Amino acid sequence: MSMNREGRPTRPEGGDAQAPATSTGNRALMLEEPLIFEMDAEHGTGVDIEPVTQSKRRLGGLERNRAIGLPGLSEPQAVRHYTRLSRQNYAIDLGLFPLGSCTMKHNPRLNEKIARLPGFADIHPLQPVDTVKGALAVIATLGEWLVTLTGMHSVAMSPKAGAHGELCGLLAIRSALEARGDAREVILVPESAHGTNPATAAFAGYRVENIPATARGRVDLDALKQRLGPDVAAVMITNPNTCGLFEPDMTAISEAVHAAGGLVYCDGANFNAIVGRVRPGDLGIDAMHINLHKTFSTPHGGGGPGSGPVVFSEALTPFAPLPFVERRGESYAVVEEESAEDHHGSTFGRMVAFHGQMGMFTRALAYILSHGADGLRQVSGDAVLNANYVLRQLDDVLDAPFGDSGPCMHEALFSDQGFADGFTTLDLAKGLIDEGFHPMTMYFPLVVHGAMLVEPTETESKAALDQFIAAMRSVAERAKSGDRSLKAAPLYAPRRRLDETLAARKPVLVYREPERAQAAE
Amino acid sequence: MRYLPLAEADRQEMLRAIGAGSIDDLFVDVPAAARLGGAIEGLPGHASELSVERELGALARQNLAAGEAPFFLGCGAYKHHIPASVDHLIQRGEFLTSYTPYQPEIAQGTLQALFEFQTQVARLYGCDVANASMYDGSTACWEAISMARRITRRDKTFLSAGLHPHYVSVARTMARFTGDRLDVAAPALIDGAPGDDSERLLAAIDEQTSAVVVQYPNILGHVFDLSALAERAHAKGALLIAVVTEPVALGLLRSPGEMGADIVVGEGQAIGVGLNFGGPYVGLFATREKYVRQMPGRLAGETVDADGRRGFVLTLSTREQHIRREKATSNICTNSGLCALAFSIHLTLLGEKGLRRLAEVNHDRAVAAAERLSRVDGVELVNGPFFNEFTLRLSRPARPVVRVMADKGVLGGVSLGRLFPNEPALADGLVVAVTEIVTDEDVEALAEALTETLGSENIA
Repeated sequence: MSMNREGRPTRPEGGDAQAPATSTGNRALMLEEPLIFEMDAEHGTGVDIEPVTQSKRRLGGLERNRAIGLPGLSEPQAVRHYTRLSRQNYAIDLGLFPLGSCTMKHNPRLNEKIARLPGFADIHPLQPVDTVKGALAVIATLGEWLVTLTGMHSVAMSPKAGAHGELCGLLAIRSALEARGDAREVILVPESAHGTNPATAAFAGYRVENIPATARGRVDLDALKQRLGPDVAAVMITNPNTCGLFEPDMTAISEAVHAAGGLVYCDGANFNAIVGRVRPGDLGIDAMHINLHKTFSTPHGGGGPGSGPVVFSEALTPFAPLPFVERRGESYAVVEEESAEDHHGSTFGRMVAFHGQMGMFTRALAYILSHGADGLRQVSGDAVLNANYVLRQLDDVLDAPFGDSGPCMHEALFSDQGFADGFTTLDLAKGLIDEGFHPMTMYFPLVVHGAMLVEPTETESKAALDQFIAAMRSVAERAKSGDRSLKAAPLYAPRRRLDETLAARKPVLVYREPERAQAAE
Repeated sequence: MRYLPLAEADRQEMLRAIGAGSIDDLFVDVPAAARLGGAIEGLPGHASELSVERELGALARQNLAAGEAPFFLGCGAYKHHIPASVDHLIQRGEFLTSYTPYQPEIAQGTLQALFEFQTQVARLYGCDVANASMYDGSTACWEAISMARRITRRDKTFLSAGLHPHYVSVARTMARFTGDRLDVAAPALIDGAPGDDSERLLAAIDEQTSAVVVQYPNILGHVFDLSALAERAHAKGALLIAVVTEPVALGLLRSPGEMGADIVVGEGQAIGVGLNFGGPYVGLFATREKYVRQMPGRLAGETVDADGRRGFVLTLSTREQHIRREKATSNICTNSGLCALAFSIHLTLLGEKGLRRLAEVNHDRAVAAAERLSRVDGVELVNGPFFNEFTLRLSRPARPVVRVMADKGVLGGVSLGRLFPNEPALADGLVVAVTEIVTDEDVEALAEALTETLGSENIA
């Protein structure tokens, strides 16, 4: 018997280049994955649990007598299921994610490590305060940084996200106005505001009215002044605004609002553009939330958790919500309902069960300490530089509606003007997906037709920006020339365009086994 | 600066391309008087990874971690063992560093996971549909009260005395501004049924009632049948809202949905998330199919792509703030995506079988602990039925007892003095949670600490 010395082919051979369908539906590394409910996992489990030692029950006869219908996977199956799902997601770790006003910057892994230290991750919110001194120190120290960076007077740490922070700010404003016997009904919001602003104002019990923008994309100061009056409780302003522009009249706006007896709320979603450059407290702002998941890089996690501490002026400080941590010399105290009476009697109440997003506080503090005061100033500088670079490298192929009014802040805004008939911002966005980028924010702000809001952030290198700019130019040219193949994009993503109308008309929000689904119809 | 990739030469080249002299010149719109000339004074400069780790590590060591002591705290946050693979999977960058799935073609991972999460939550709660998560249990509870008002167009809600006092506090705070009328009573340490005020609620529900909110198991650990309340509420055109702060209980107990609750909300922290000193947690929210358009929060739904392949998208967004603005069902934008994923992964690892066993072990250990602790002099078990948490009546106020036991290295439970500072009648109550992490030695340590502390003459 002789050895086979033929070996294996080492050069690619011709073959038919047409990509045939595979029997599995998979395409090499692009793997299809069923739902856990379709995996024949009715009796599986990935957790070993000791048997019970006694069978005495004290459940008042309320034992469950039907199955829940929860599939169970062994650890290898579960790891594979979620790993496969993860590969169908775009992420900052994969590439530039220029989602305007969302601030998708790099998430440092040190912060993940710190948040998982047992001394932070494994403590209960109701432990005796003597056993959580370090946790209180984290909350107080982060709070002090936020107060100093914003030039404000105090901070409420408990709001769970930006919109929750907005609510916190407006409730403090309403409490302060009511305390001086001056109930007012209206909140003024610029046309360009994020949708959470009017929704929050309505939730706080106010009527919402819009303030128009000028042709330069800023609040129309004259129109605002004309509308101000004894019924206006507050103005909610985003600064830098959602067009990516700083409001140069901010001080004048604040003065006018204060003169009319109102207060100024600032949506701090875009604080990352100005951190270390200007303090909102110096612009006459009374309350502002800070999205720790934007400016201070805590991970967005596919839609949260966020964290939205609110900084207050001296006038609003007495109305801040409970609980909060106070530094008392070398130690810290938690002020809750019972201890509030002595010096926080005006508090408007409580927004959440416990202390807020501790897991985000530790991450944000690690980020802040890493950068320091000098690094944070460089953060805003580089973020603004990157956005202006994108703006000026693209404003010859894309319409930049406010491009003539000077530099932008941390994000560059374009419109769909000049696209071929029938071609839209959505087409450009889907084309970018095929180029390997997450699209920018689209159709927001509402004041610009087919808006495209590009926020590169400071954690992108020049090479990454240049590659993105080249891709944007290429896709923009296709939209302008009416390249029909763009309408089919994306072609290389795990899915092609999805039918959102169908999803909304006939909502399928949970899985039903085929026989159950039939019975339901 | 390790997180900033631009080199000085890049900056200069980019400034030339823009036509600006310096980065400072890009801030020309900021009023000159307010512009800062350099780094804010009085704050430290940047620091190495090593030194930040040292500084924060030292603060972490000042805390007594639950895993380092016999640990019995519950009352809305529970310590369970979380399989190592959960944390590994949620740290995959494609989950951790992705955004709300606005571009579904490249977010199918998040969307499918949320669709699975919604199905798990709906089934666990015994409801038709669930949303893609809320901030936490307390905010989910208030959102449920608001939703009931939108459905019934009535504004009066009864909160059970057994509802977590922090949840009550959140609802009261919000109701002050929305004009909702809330009716709430303090719980009583009724023997056999602490915090049970079903009689009061049954008598109170009338034609003006929007909803009744009950917690199951309640804040004092008591479990009770919700069916009668559901029936009465429905007879009067009101809704029953059930709040579950310990989801593991539903592995063994009948679900609120099965007993007729219309909206079931709660805290999902106990499954997959960890204690984290109170946050981030994950609010669960489920209801009947017919109310889905009044639901707050994000929803993932099934659809097809241009090639007819199944896929998932965020749907029914016409309820939401970015479309409806001031008319939205809620102002929520970011929710608790990554915690929802952790919850879902842990529940997938458990499965029906694992969840049931876990619930059995919890109940088993809690029953054994309750018997052992009630043999301590000066300790009385108040509960009749309970799941993994029960209330003890001590021979003296519980709050200082808890503090003294902590000095002995035992985290012995939550005193009702801490939770209800204005209710002197509850001062002797101690709520003890016993999960699968509690060993027999831990229970002995608590029994001993209670014996010593209650027997001691001098505690503050």
